[in-house]
Amino acid sequence: MSSDLTELGVAAIRDGVAKGEFTAVEVAEAFNANVAAAAALNAFIVTTPEQALEAAKANDAKRAAGQPLGKMGGVPIGMKDLFATKGVQTTAASHILEGFTPQYESTVSQKLWDAGAGMLGKLNLDQFAMGSSNETSYFGNVISPWRRNDGGNAALAPGGSSGGSSAAVAARLAPAATGTDTGGSIRQPAAFVGISGIKPTYGRCSRWGIVAFASSLDQAGPMARDVRDCAIMLEAMAGFDPKDATSLNLPVPEWEAGLNGDLRGKKVGIPREYRMDGMDADVAASWDRGIEWLKDAGAEIVDVSLPHTKYALPAYYIIAPAEASSNLARYDGVRYGLRDLPDGAGLQDMYAATRAAGFGAEVKRRILIGTYVLSAGFYDAYYTQAQKVRTLIAQDFKNAFTQCDVILAPTAPTAAFGLGEKSDDPLSMYLNDVFAVPASLAGLPAMSVPAGLNREGLPLGLQIVGKAFDEQGVLNAGLAIEARAQFSAKPEKWW
Amino acid sequence: MSVDTATVAKIAALARIKLSEAELAAMVPELNGILAWVEQLGEVDVTGVEPMTAVIENHLRLRDDVINADPLTGGDNRDGVLANAPAAEHGFFGVPKVIE
Amino acid sequence: MSSYRIQGATGEWEVVIGLEVHAQVTSQSKLFSGAATAFGAEPNTQVSLVDAAMPGMLPVPNRECIRQAVRTGMAINAQINKWSRFDRKNYFYADLPQGYQISQLYHPLVGEGTIEVILDEKDPEGSTKTIGIERIHVEQDAGKLMHDQHPTMSYVDLNRSGVALMEIVSRPDMRSPAEAGAYLAKLRQILRYVGSCDGNMDQGSMRADVNVSVRRPGEPFGTRTETKNVNSVRFVMAVVESEARRQVGVIEDGGQVVQETRLYDPDKNETRSMRSKEDAHDYRYFPDPDLLPLELDDAFLEECKASLPELPDAKRHRYKTALGLSPYDAAQLTLEVETFQQFEEMLDAVVKASGKAERDLAKRVANWLLSERAGVLKGIDLGAAHPKNTVAANVALIVAANDGVISGSKAKEIFAAYLTSDIDLAAEIEANKQTSDTGAIEAAIARILADNADKVAEFKAGKEALFGFFVGQTMKAMQGKANPQVVNELLRKALA
Repeated sequence: MSSDLTELGVAAIRDGVAKGEFTAVEVAEAFNANVAAAAALNAFIVTTPEQALEAAKANDAKRAAGQPLGKMGGVPIGMKDLFATKGVQTTAASHILEGFTPQYESTVSQKLWDAGAGMLGKLNLDQFAMGSSNETSYFGNVISPWRRNDGGNAALAPGGSSGGSSAAVAARLAPAATGTDTGGSIRQPAAFVGISGIKPTYGRCSRWGIVAFASSLDQAGPMARDVRDCAIMLEAMAGFDPKDATSLNLPVPEWEAGLNGDLRGKKVGIPREYRMDGMDADVAASWDRGIEWLKDAGAEIVDVSLPHTKYALPAYYIIAPAEASSNLARYDGVRYGLRDLPDGAGLQDMYAATRAAGFGAEVKRRILIGTYVLSAGFYDAYYTQAQKVRTLIAQDFKNAFTQCDVILAPTAPTAAFGLGEKSDDPLSMYLNDVFAVPASLAGLPAMSVPAGLNREGLPLGLQIVGKAFDEQGVLNAGLAIEARAQFSAKPEKWW
Repeated sequence: MSVDTATVAKIAALARIKLSEAELAAMVPELNGILAWVEQLGEVDVTGVEPMTAVIENHLRLRDDVINADPLTGGDNRDGVLANAPAAEHGFFGVPKVIE
Repeated sequence: MSSYRIQGATGEWEVVIGLEVHAQVTSQSKLFSGAATAFGAEPNTQVSLVDAAMPGMLPVPNRECIRQAVRTGMAINAQINKWSRFDRKNYFYADLPQGYQISQLYHPLVGEGTIEVILDEKDPEGSTKTIGIERIHVEQDAGKLMHDQHPTMSYVDLNRSGVALMEIVSRPDMRSPAEAGAYLAKLRQILRYVGSCDGNMDQGSMRADVNVSVRRPGEPFGTRTETKNVNSVRFVMAVVESEARRQVGVIEDGGQVVQETRLYDPDKNETRSMRSKEDAHDYRYFPDPDLLPLELDDAFLEECKASLPELPDAKRHRYKTALGLSPYDAAQLTLEVETFQQFEEMLDAVVKASGKAERDLAKRVANWLLSERAGVLKGIDLGAAHPKNTVAANVALIVAANDGVISGSKAKEIFAAYLTSDIDLAAEIEANKQTSDTGAIEAAIARILADNADKVAEFKAGKEALFGFFVGQTMKAMQGKANPQVVNELLRKALA
């Protein structure tokens, strides 16, 4: 038995439990203990150690009975608090949903439990997944386990919106966690803490039971220590769901079995528009190293153009708030969640008071932007124009993929920044997702893998974007990078 | 296009979010900053371009007309539906009296 | 038909009417969820997590609702759009859990069509008018608010929330209360024929938003008002009339008609402004990102087409031409689905029982249904719903009367007795069999003529009207069982 089970990832735990090297209960207890000792990170909104133990016991019992275990058999995970979990408070990190206890389980979380996973708790996030630093949560900031190597102890952002997920996996509070990605919310936090995360093709994972942010962009995906773990967990999460009209009716490929880091015969596109003026030198250098690694793996490197790249972020900040302004209209204090009913208030006053009290500043800002761009007289100039630009961005990728199999780019323009450094300026915060958003707008699979540390000792991620439905190609390129980056750094425990 | 305080107040009313005078005043420059930035989209030549309707090629599936085919999306679930209601009374959701 | 005009203090005004009809689509389950749609259930029992707009819930469209809307479109010869989309209409109200209604603004399922209305119901051969339909789209119904259960609260019932509606939008083609009424009645008739809506207006299955404006004849359209949720043909006509008069009054008093939403008060027969809905709406329509475009293939459309029944106009025409019925009978028989279904079922059974041709029997069946039987049912508890009012009973009487076994008036008597007492129908027909036994009839005639020598003389002197008296006396003497035709013939002979 390993001296510290919490150093193990998904595959190692699954295989160890299956072989009887250790029990699932031992694993759950080890992670429960780490979770309990990590309150300082504020990664969890709610912890559910009993649920983790219960699932572990079920797995151990199954094994004892000689039955085969599921894809995630014996693996405890963290669940982003955007997934509805039956009987366990689900808040989207908002005050307006504080205390909301769903009577249903999201499709993706149900699939994970069915595959043998157990729940360690509900992970903190940016409120309604709106943010890139986990500073918009009603339940407080998540603190990254990482610190700069300058000897200071400045609190750093774990990225966002899946900041609780990234922090928990990096700090060994969970071997893996679910994330959701609307405009980079899996990839950017994964990059900030030196873990892997993949957003699959839009429609691979059911959105049923996930608190909606922007419906045409939202996709769930795994965040884990390495590429193999992501492949395993994505297999458990993905699959057709008749309850989601945008769900892809396709069989789930065996991504883990298909893993192959040999890229001979593959072409990797390097989008020239991503090399922006004033790019962070360490980020640029890590990108260059990534190119060399993929060459070393046998790939041919080709220069590609994604000409509308600079318009992706502005288009995203019209489309996502527009959808959000409508998706969040249901939080009105009538059927669930917060109700603020001032004395003598009528129905419409109740709405305005409830929503004022229940939404944080960033959520309000995005609802107002979205309301404005959809309002009479502005719809075509903003929303229709943005959706046309989105068509062009998707077309850019289609064109590029006639010349290459996957695209390599940095995940984020910088390494993790300090909490509070960008929170006063929404625009500079938004710019953090400049490399992540284009793939979201095009619905394409994209992943971030750790590529090394910058001069401050902080992780940097590299992003691989693939063709629609080609998660395998993305995972394989990720695997090739992973094998060469040999990323083994982990945050020194201070919490 | 930039917004003034009155416009932001109107938008906030439309979105049913009560804003204090101070919040309103702070929101105006923030929204204007974001709007000015997104307006660079106007530069893009979109002649002949259709707005995106489906990001991944896929067809809208229609379901069969069967009551409670899946209990998760069926009725007969009054307790579940009312479980989280701030004011559930006699099987109804209660709201402040509405005068029509 | 003469034009409908409102006589104002300053001259004549023309009224312009357009109707937006919300018709509940006949389906088992809701438009986007599997909850049931049946009327009258306990509050919030037919509500799914989707209908209650729980976080993370998603809509999946019901094929049957789309199918029924397409069939309806085909029935009004409308363009069916093979590519349509659902849009969100955003507004806040307690009966709207999502904070938006899923509807279709930019790309409706059904485009332009027409409906032909008969302007005077009593004159089915008279003038008709074609009313344009602008579009039919599919959308979600809202829930229901109850205001009288609690002193300070309204109660929300979401059973209706998410039920499929068709919104059928007419052009502003109507010019009188009668036209508006005829249009709504015809639309209801078509929907019921197609089976896409049950047409139960008292249960709210069909409601009309009535758009009314007035103008001087020949001038451009005036400002319109929209009176919401009018739920009968009669009320629609009343709304048009009262609202047009109100608008004329406003204008003639020097005022201006305000474009607004109004509500009809049937007790006072007037419309009033709905202040609660008056704040300027900005619905921020945009395509619902939870749903992909709706694309219909040819097989789907072909099935819709093939499953359409014979429609009212075609049926009425066939009744006149193929069955030889009068225009009035044809119109009456085709008005309601239940009526033509009974008629066709009875006609079919009568044809089978008597071996005669449809055309030779149609008039007899129609008379029985529309006048003879209708008269009987009027005087009976339960009326047409009487459990013994079966097709078999009706057919037995029609066949017996048609074959001359019993007289028509005897058939009515027997039917009334059958419905209200415990008699055996076949035995009663047998017992009342009319006779064509000329010997017995001639004997009776001879007796009557002898007893009424004075009247015979008067008749022979030219008082032709007395013939009926002799017929009556003879029938009475024969206890109503003589074949009237035979009686007629023999009387003529005897009195010659």
